[in-house]
Amino acid sequence: MEEVLAEEKIVTVLREKFADEILSVESPYKFLTVTLRADKIIEIIKFLYDQEKYQYLTTLCGIHYPDQKSIAVMYQLHKLSENKRIRLKIALPEANPVVPTLTTVFPAANWMERETYDFYGVIFEGHPNLVRILNVEEMTIFPLRKEYPLEDQTREDKNNQMFGR
Amino acid sequence: MDQATKAFELSDIPVKEEKKYSYLNLGPTHPATHGIFQNVLKMDGEIIVEATPTIGYIHRAFEKLAERRPFYQITPITDRMNYCSSPINNMGWHMTAEKLIGLEIPKRAQYLRVIIMELARVADHIICNTIIGQDVGATTGFLYLFQYRERIYEIFEEICGARLTTNIGRIGGLERNFSDKAWEKLDQWLIDFPIAFQEFSNLLERNRIFMDRTINCGPISAEMALSYSFSGPNLRAAGVDYDVRVMNPYSSYEEFDFIIPVGTQGDTYDRFMVRQQEMWESVKIIRQAIEKVKKEPSHIFRADAPEFVLPPKEEVYNNMEALIYQFKNIMGETEIPKGEVYHCVEGGNGELGFYLISDGGRTPYRLHFRRPCFIFYQAYPEMIKGRMLSDAIITMSSMNVIAGELDS
Repeated sequence: MEEVLAEEKIVTVLREKFADEILSVESPYKFLTVTLRADKIIEIIKFLYDQEKYQYLTTLCGIHYPDQKSIAVMYQLHKLSENKRIRLKIALPEANPVVPTLTTVFPAANWMERETYDFYGVIFEGHPNLVRILNVEEMTIFPLRKEYPLEDQTREDKNNQMFGR
Repeated sequence: MDQATKAFELSDIPVKEEKKYSYLNLGPTHPATHGIFQNVLKMDGEIIVEATPTIGYIHRAFEKLAERRPFYQITPITDRMNYCSSPINNMGWHMTAEKLIGLEIPKRAQYLRVIIMELARVADHIICNTIIGQDVGATTGFLYLFQYRERIYEIFEEICGARLTTNIGRIGGLERNFSDKAWEKLDQWLIDFPIAFQEFSNLLERNRIFMDRTINCGPISAEMALSYSFSGPNLRAAGVDYDVRVMNPYSSYEEFDFIIPVGTQGDTYDRFMVRQQEMWESVKIIRQAIEKVKKEPSHIFRADAPEFVLPPKEEVYNNMEALIYQFKNIMGETEIPKGEVYHCVEGGNGELGFYLISDGGRTPYRLHFRRPCFIFYQAYPEMIKGRMLSDAIITMSSMNVIAGELDS
């Protein structure tokens, strides 16, 4: 089944059009996942929107990989007419995560991008109003990054070594 | 002569003062907004020119919390998102975890889940629809139908011991079988609710005052709704027949016979009517599920997955295996595969998605909740632009925005 998904039509189309951009194609748990270079991501999504009718943005979120010093951004699109979903992933450098905004294609990306900025510090270039959305504006850190452990680090009464991460 | 024949024009009158807008702070705690929502409204008289929503007042960092909790401890977090229909959230999370570990759930457990989820959907829609009535001044329906929501909560209480934040079920199925009392209450509810609900429908559905008040109030077109990633009843009211239960069936929804009601205008009245019809469909699904449950062996209510369910206490003290599983459960020593999985369910107000990345550790590496409210609430300023303040209030209540889910 996984093989079939990976060789789906959309993958062929993408491979033809953006051969240099595609880093890997997988389908974990039967969900087509395409990892891409960050440079042309908006162009690719625009292509999927216009030509392939992936016109529903299901969700968008960030993932921090401290080992690879990168912050990934995951876009999940849905083609409602054929009920096909696709997940696009890009990796941005941890030190300077900048990517163009998706609000030019999907208005719904507005708050999702603000949320991703709020928690991971990803800068979405061209976003109309890139300010924090859920956290307080005075906050100086990006709390979902892995370097910020959940619990208060000044506490001395708990031994974290015993209880995993 | 010239002066007299010249037509009178508005621009001839000298404008004395500049147009002045007033600003109104609607919220964060306003009795009419049913939750913690703040909107700074720029008003021209009673017309809204611009709205700026501020959210995050009850943000509790669920995504961060989830990164430190074993799987079974994440269920109570999901309770507190859409607290009007927590069982759907709970089960959505359980199904995500089951998808990750590849657990097959027995049919009877799936049907029991369907019963619980549909009851939760009815409870959710009862709140939303009666509150639309409340906000336009029809308190009767609100007080009358709330009894039946209360009785749904009594059924939940029989099943899991809790009412609002249910923590219902476990990974692998339910933690205990339905008691006889629960079946009894469910059967009685199925007799009483349709009668009361029909009365409620008669009260509002074709009520001239209610229709005048809600038709063409806060409408959204199908294109707009799709571009703002609407889902659930709000999207269906705009005329798009997207329902996760049909598109990506989970928990054996594909075996059930029900229709997906759609609207045409996407206004408050259509959203109200879509929910009304969905409640009838839910009742239909529950009836079918009960019939299906009767055909299955009555002692099965969960899969054989002892790694994810605490064994009964008497067994823990007398049985070595149970003791081991108790220990494994509490300490989070369960083997969890690496993987990346997305699972979505049809929540009370839309597609509730769980995007889970597991690195094989005891807790998720990353858990992202696709919260329908958070996504469609951003279209709210657009929907109330150029409308009256009182329309803004009922538009918000008809969108079924739940603060807990909005702020995660």
